[in-house]
Amino acid sequence: MKNIKLKKYHAPKYDEPLIMEMGVKGQRGIMIPQVDKEIENTVGTLEDLIPAKAQRKKAPALPEIDQYHTLMHYLRLSQMTLGMETGIDIGEGTCTMKYSPKVNEELVRSPQMTDVHPLQPEKTLQGILEIAYDLRNYLKAISGMDEFSLQTGGGAHATYINACVTRKYFQDRGELGTRNEVITTQFTHPCNAATPSTAGFKVIILPHKNGYPDLDGLKSIVSERTAAIHMTNPEDTGLYNPLVAEFTKVVHDAGGLCFYDQANANGIMGVARAREAGFDACHFNLHKTFSSPHGCEGPAAGAYGCTEALAAYLPVPVVTRLSDAYHLDFDRPKSIGKVRSFFGNLPAVLRAYAWIRSMGPKGIKTAAEISILNNQYLEHLLSQIDGISYPYAEGKPRFEQIRYSMEKLKEETGFGSHEIQNRIVDFGIQSYWLSHHPYVVPEPFTPEPCETYSKEDIEYWATAIEQACKEARETPEVIESAPHNQAIHQIKDFSQAEDADRWAITWRAYKKKYKK
Amino acid sequence: MAENDFIHPYIPNSVPEVRDEMLSAVGLESVYDVYSEIPERLRFKGTLDIPEAIPSEYALKRHVEQILGKNKNCKEYLNFLGAGCWQHYVPAVVDEIVNRSEFLTAYCGANYSDIGKYQARFEFNSLMAELLDIDAVSNPIYDWGDAAGRAIRMASRITGRNEVLVPKFTCPDRLGEIRQLCQLEEMSNAISVILVEHDPKTGLLNINDLENKLSGNTAAVYFETPSYLGLIEDQGEEITRIAHKSGALSIGGVDPISLGILCPPGSYGADLIVGDLQSLGVHMSAGGGQSGFIAFRDEEIYIAECPLEIYSIVDTVEEGEYAFAEVRSDRTSYGSRDKGKDWVGTASGLWTIASAVYLSLMGPKGMKEIGEVIIKNSKYTQNLLSSLPGASIKFSQPHFKEFLVDFSGTGKTVAQINAILLEKKIFGGKDISGEYPELGGSALFCVTEVHTKEDLNRLYLALKEIV
Repeated sequence: MKNIKLKKYHAPKYDEPLIMEMGVKGQRGIMIPQVDKEIENTVGTLEDLIPAKAQRKKAPALPEIDQYHTLMHYLRLSQMTLGMETGIDIGEGTCTMKYSPKVNEELVRSPQMTDVHPLQPEKTLQGILEIAYDLRNYLKAISGMDEFSLQTGGGAHATYINACVTRKYFQDRGELGTRNEVITTQFTHPCNAATPSTAGFKVIILPHKNGYPDLDGLKSIVSERTAAIHMTNPEDTGLYNPLVAEFTKVVHDAGGLCFYDQANANGIMGVARAREAGFDACHFNLHKTFSSPHGCEGPAAGAYGCTEALAAYLPVPVVTRLSDAYHLDFDRPKSIGKVRSFFGNLPAVLRAYAWIRSMGPKGIKTAAEISILNNQYLEHLLSQIDGISYPYAEGKPRFEQIRYSMEKLKEETGFGSHEIQNRIVDFGIQSYWLSHHPYVVPEPFTPEPCETYSKEDIEYWATAIEQACKEARETPEVIESAPHNQAIHQIKDFSQAEDADRWAITWRAYKKKYKK
Repeated sequence: MAENDFIHPYIPNSVPEVRDEMLSAVGLESVYDVYSEIPERLRFKGTLDIPEAIPSEYALKRHVEQILGKNKNCKEYLNFLGAGCWQHYVPAVVDEIVNRSEFLTAYCGANYSDIGKYQARFEFNSLMAELLDIDAVSNPIYDWGDAAGRAIRMASRITGRNEVLVPKFTCPDRLGEIRQLCQLEEMSNAISVILVEHDPKTGLLNINDLENKLSGNTAAVYFETPSYLGLIEDQGEEITRIAHKSGALSIGGVDPISLGILCPPGSYGADLIVGDLQSLGVHMSAGGGQSGFIAFRDEEIYIAECPLEIYSIVDTVEEGEYAFAEVRSDRTSYGSRDKGKDWVGTASGLWTIASAVYLSLMGPKGMKEIGEVIIKNSKYTQNLLSSLPGASIKFSQPHFKEFLVDFSGTGKTVAQINAILLEKKIFGGKDISGEYPELGGSALFCVTEVHTKEDLNRLYLALKEIV
């Protein structure tokens, strides 16, 4: 670690104006097909075709710019975005920022994907349905579940499906009137609390005990009102809950269902499955664990799996196979219905399929094992930095990520995880992420060095943290005014975004508020 | 782990020497020292039942291409399917930008390292605001139906009321998503979805029925223009006025590509506007290109009830420099867990950048021209198809790009007609005879700027042979 030399990085800085400030009246970025002469002559004018009340009176104030300068502007904005592939993106824990193979991008850009309409006749969709069907089988193998839906547009969306399936399941059994509570643990992603709440359940958060969900606490809150538990394992802290099967048993004994948020599955693929731990349902993020790129927060995909007992409730359609042809099965009378239009984010499904085929059973297990090893190595390096620690369950190993704390650094220097976060980007690495709600670990940060990252990447990342912590003690002015090597300077006053008179969510609002 | 040597190009530390060096540094024999936390009976034993790896990139590509080759696509076939996923031209510059590694792989990088992403997102918000004629736009969600459901829930929280009026002929997928979000009746926060009849002649929302169903419980009136059936709903202003009179909000659903020529709901006072970005520069990708947007008044109550992330432009310490910061993050489930508004999660962010580039390229002139070519191509096709014996265009109200052809008088079902069209390498309109039997044996055709006169004539001649 001592030999690592931090890069003299500087982000591209163009002082790039907003696109709304650019252009010259009359310039155009693209010409589009013109109306055919014969069509023009037979259909009449726009005024004939649009009722007067529905005609647009004033053209939208969009920019007028030529193509080259539109391209230049957005290329510059892309360069002002570190993304995952240029910036050693270890810092965004729980997000599994793994490499998204380029060959998969070539596949999703083929007209056999981009130019396919979801309502085409089934026999013209056989390729993509075969891929969806087979991916569903692979996910069944990885989770032990009996059936999968590839419908949802993200991980939180998949937990929402579970809330809807739970609702329908108990309605079907005539128990929805009484079973109106969903329990979730404190270190599970917030969507596990928010989606049942959206679906009309009362949510009870089970506190942790020394970092682990509290089994006695669970026993004291389950009842005939318990509809389900939403939990994850390992949790956001990186701690694996060895009593997980007791949790599912307690909830089952009370008549509830057990849902396993597997957003944190990367370290246990091929090692432990939802089925053996007693879960009725689970989900995977195809854009995390299965390599589909994160795309500036989507397009994403959540794959939702369940046991036979819940399969009837899955959203429609479900991909099936009958006599060597693939089908979209809509005839599922007990289904919760629709949660997304058409049948899912198929490009993400395709990438996940291709990634699994590239890895095979051995590769998947290796990816899990290396993600665990990488995390141990990062822990070994970060633990040597004065001011950094991690709470709970001392001596217990963490799996694929750790929620660390800079509490001691903050106490000693006045600088905590926000300030250090502003500085590490100066070394050419992606900003780290702090914590999900609730912020019970003080001054948190949560790196996840998944299998994508090399030993040198991990050492570089730890060195950047070490350097920033050192500066917090020795040259506090450097931390205080960070970042220094980014395209922009430090934000002056975050309260500007909190105040209705001063926030501006669009340029026209900005002009109204600031350029009166 | 020696028995498990597997060096993969995606896993640098799979090299045994590196692995052993790291194990030794951390003082472990094997990562199974960590996995020992998992009780023996919960361990998965054996090998996952998935096929062996395809080791070479070339072989993998061949393999997947061979499967994908079983699809037919809308380049080989002449396509008239729409219904929420539309075939429009995606400009080359849009693909160039959304395929940039930086945008494709970015995630939640904070205020500085991903500043370009935040600026592009702010530009998207700003360009959409001009198109919609409204001042606030949030981050996007999964698709139009989800956006509509979220907007209805916002309206319910803002008004404290629990009924919503929705047009009867709403796209069934979208209506399904709205119903899902509005809840089963048994739930405490359920919103009743009440369907409003259409005018049997024009196909527009029936204002009398709307007024009859509107009450002190109505949180919002949701309407669409163009509607699911492609009709230009020109009563938006009246619907909004009627809704406001009874204290309800007005929610307009739009296909944004129409807004170079059609009046945006913001111009006549709609409170919330939703729709799908897919038509603005996103490929169909079998439905993978959907992205739901929500826009609303720049008023505290709307911002407070919005479940999605919202960003504001803010100043930096350097005069004249822009940055972006989240507005009241404690509104969302990221900020307040179950106490946040609905939920937020990774959805469809990249498509905001596609739409920003698309709208920048198009400009006001391009948006007007594309609206014009679509509506004229569509009208031309309506004229052709209505001249077919036994076929008629449903509803007298003008259409934008989609329209309903009733084949009841031909003696053939839509399924029969579409099967023959398929043999002629044409994807006919969506068969809606199952979802709305009262509309007869009808198919919903979608005509856009990608269709040439020759394409449209080809459809006409093919149908002429069939009916």
